[in-house]
Amino acid sequence: MAKAPAKNAQTNAPDKIPNTPTASKEDLLRFYREMVLIRRFEERAGQLYGMGLIGGFCHLYIGQEAVAVGVQESVKQGHDKIITGYRDHGHMLAAGMDPKEVMAELTGRIGGSSKGKGGSMHMFDVPTGFYGGHGIVGAQVALGTGLAFAGKYRGDDSVAFVYFGDGASNQGQVYESFNMAQLWKLPAIYIIENNQYAMGTSIDRSSSTTELYMRGASFGIPGEQVDGMDVLAVRDATARAVKRAREGGGPYILEVKTYRYRGHSMSDPAKYRTKEEVDEVKKTRDPIDHIKLLLAAANATEEELKVIDNEIKAIVAESVQFAQESPEPDPSELYTDVYVEA
Amino acid sequence: MTDILMPALSPTMEEGTLTKWHIKAGDSVSAGQVIAEIETDKATMEVEAVDEGEVLEILVPEGSENVKVNTPIARLAGEDGAAAPAPKADVPAATAEGKTGDPEKAPQQTSTPKVELRDPEIPADAKLVKTTVRDALRDAMAEEMRRDDRVFLIGEEVAQYQGAYKVSRELLQEFGERRVVDTPITEHGFAGLGVGAAMSGLKPIVEFMTFNFAMQAIDHIINSAAKTLYMSGGQIRADIVFRGPNGAASRVGAQHSQDYSAWYAQVPGLKVIAPYDAADAKGLLKAAIRDPNPIVFLEHEMLYGTEFDVPEVDDYVLPIGKAKVRREGKDVTITAHARMVGFALQAAEKLAEEGIEAEVIDLRTLRPLDHETIVESVKKTNRLVSAEEGWGPMGVGAEVVARVIEHAFDYLDAPPLRVHQEDVPLPYAANLEALSLPGVDKIIAAVKQVVA
Repeated sequence: MAKAPAKNAQTNAPDKIPNTPTASKEDLLRFYREMVLIRRFEERAGQLYGMGLIGGFCHLYIGQEAVAVGVQESVKQGHDKIITGYRDHGHMLAAGMDPKEVMAELTGRIGGSSKGKGGSMHMFDVPTGFYGGHGIVGAQVALGTGLAFAGKYRGDDSVAFVYFGDGASNQGQVYESFNMAQLWKLPAIYIIENNQYAMGTSIDRSSSTTELYMRGASFGIPGEQVDGMDVLAVRDATARAVKRAREGGGPYILEVKTYRYRGHSMSDPAKYRTKEEVDEVKKTRDPIDHIKLLLAAANATEEELKVIDNEIKAIVAESVQFAQESPEPDPSELYTDVYVEA
Repeated sequence: MTDILMPALSPTMEEGTLTKWHIKAGDSVSAGQVIAEIETDKATMEVEAVDEGEVLEILVPEGSENVKVNTPIARLAGEDGAAAPAPKADVPAATAEGKTGDPEKAPQQTSTPKVELRDPEIPADAKLVKTTVRDALRDAMAEEMRRDDRVFLIGEEVAQYQGAYKVSRELLQEFGERRVVDTPITEHGFAGLGVGAAMSGLKPIVEFMTFNFAMQAIDHIINSAAKTLYMSGGQIRADIVFRGPNGAASRVGAQHSQDYSAWYAQVPGLKVIAPYDAADAKGLLKAAIRDPNPIVFLEHEMLYGTEFDVPEVDDYVLPIGKAKVRREGKDVTITAHARMVGFALQAAEKLAEEGIEAEVIDLRTLRPLDHETIVESVKKTNRLVSAEEGWGPMGVGAEVVARVIEHAFDYLDAPPLRVHQEDVPLPYAANLEALSLPGVDKIIAAVKQVVA
């Protein structure tokens, strides 16, 4: 049976703030644009994978777009830090990385953000504050806690946005990190993207407690559950957590209930869930359909959306062309970037 | 009558300072009573009486330094002469480590071995100051922390406790808790936190209480620190030093006694340093902190208390990746790193008495390995023995031998030999531990075999 993401946010936060999201038409159009960019980009990435242009592992973000886009609204670009796991394309696009560089990294070309040496799971971009792209499940939680530590060490008011999934939430280092983050009141926002499947293992089969927003309770870290298919709910919950962190309140956990439409990776036929379950979420909970309803209510016209759709189509087509035309790295690149020359 | 003996208060303690007596002749003491304070190489400890009775005599006055473990320090009259006699120093079961007729450990490096060659990096007119390896490491960190606010120290017991091995002594007092950070016992977590802070532009020094515990953190050392520069196409660096004691301590058993030299030295992206003396410890740790790459800096607990000459110069920084010829010789080349350098030098002195002149090369850096210095030496001596404390298979010696065969095959007059720990987890029993660890005798035996 479909485990639709929670509609009603639950919280163990000290003070419940009523969540009555509103947004201007302008903001809604921006969110729509960013979410459609991620979806169209990922669809084309899946297609290029099928054509053999992208190799190895490729984990698509389709279905989860509202999470990265909603969180990004609280990011001060160039000041805050973002880190995530291997399902990272959506976060990179939301952070503002150039889709051409992301797609060219997927195809392993010199024009890629890591010169083709990182691949799908290993991309970084200092100007947008994107610190990867990490392939070891859970590693980004300790690393992200270090990004938060560095912010506090410098005495700026930067915040680290640390994304991980329901699967990573069972890793030991997550709790080592929670402990230090709360002990030292580090400005870390832990965003658990609960898409309900750790690869092929559903959360019920992997987790003794499935209320992941409570996972910081034994450390005294407050958390709340957020509807990850509603970009405004994500935006507002993140904004509250970030305000608290910037004011020295310490870490916060956002369990964002979401759903991935595709398999874990391109080679996953997703036999562990029914087609009906996936279809039900697509039909009733799709984050882009949701924002379309909000846009209609805000009097956005079909023509306005069409303009955005066409613009995104062009951007993605351009990224695909770039990713195919950019040459493979020169063989001399094999030996560069192993060490920084002192 | 019962003698109270100078107790060993840590696995590696061989002597200590009797700082204070709480009893005097004529007092009567009861079991559990605090009778004295003793300063070891790591801490000041209270000593409690085990036996009861009247104090007949204080044998070692307070303030005495370098009192050897098992020296009688006071004498009790047993109550009615019936108190159980204290264990005697000549009973093997109760002796301090390494004293049971152990040929390998008998020549403990409590004093500086004769080092034949002055380091060319040391200015000829520099004053040399006797310094322990422990203090040299501390001085290196303090100097670099004064120089660069981005440098901070993080690890277990580094701050308030002053370092589990006192290596961070007084750093908290000078730099405060922002820059000297005590962590929970959480190696995986704080190593990852350190790498994240490094990615963000800070220069953390992550102390592992021992590298045995870094096994919990090795994913971050390798996957997060060593590979990130490459995976990011040069955008993100992990400018970090992982340091702490590595290798066998003394009688602490298999899980606390492993040499990880070969493990880390295999990984591209890391630099791996393993110094022997205090001058190298200082000069190379300063270099490691300044180097923009992730560095694994392997110290040796058994050397922390050993004094060596350290040049008194303003900013003593040594190049990473350069071996050092510590003794010149024409008959055989012995390569070694860390504690094995001392054993190799002692072996060379004994061999010289028999007319065999060994050249001793201190590798100092394991990655990048300075094979040019080794190859040049072998071209002269035509014979090679490598010595390491770790296991032999796939080890540092295996790499040294392979490089020599690759670059100087035609110069070899005998098959090279490797000296290393026996291929077993390190045992606890004193005799088995001594049999397992490589030392002077095994180096001498190997040299005699290659020169035969």
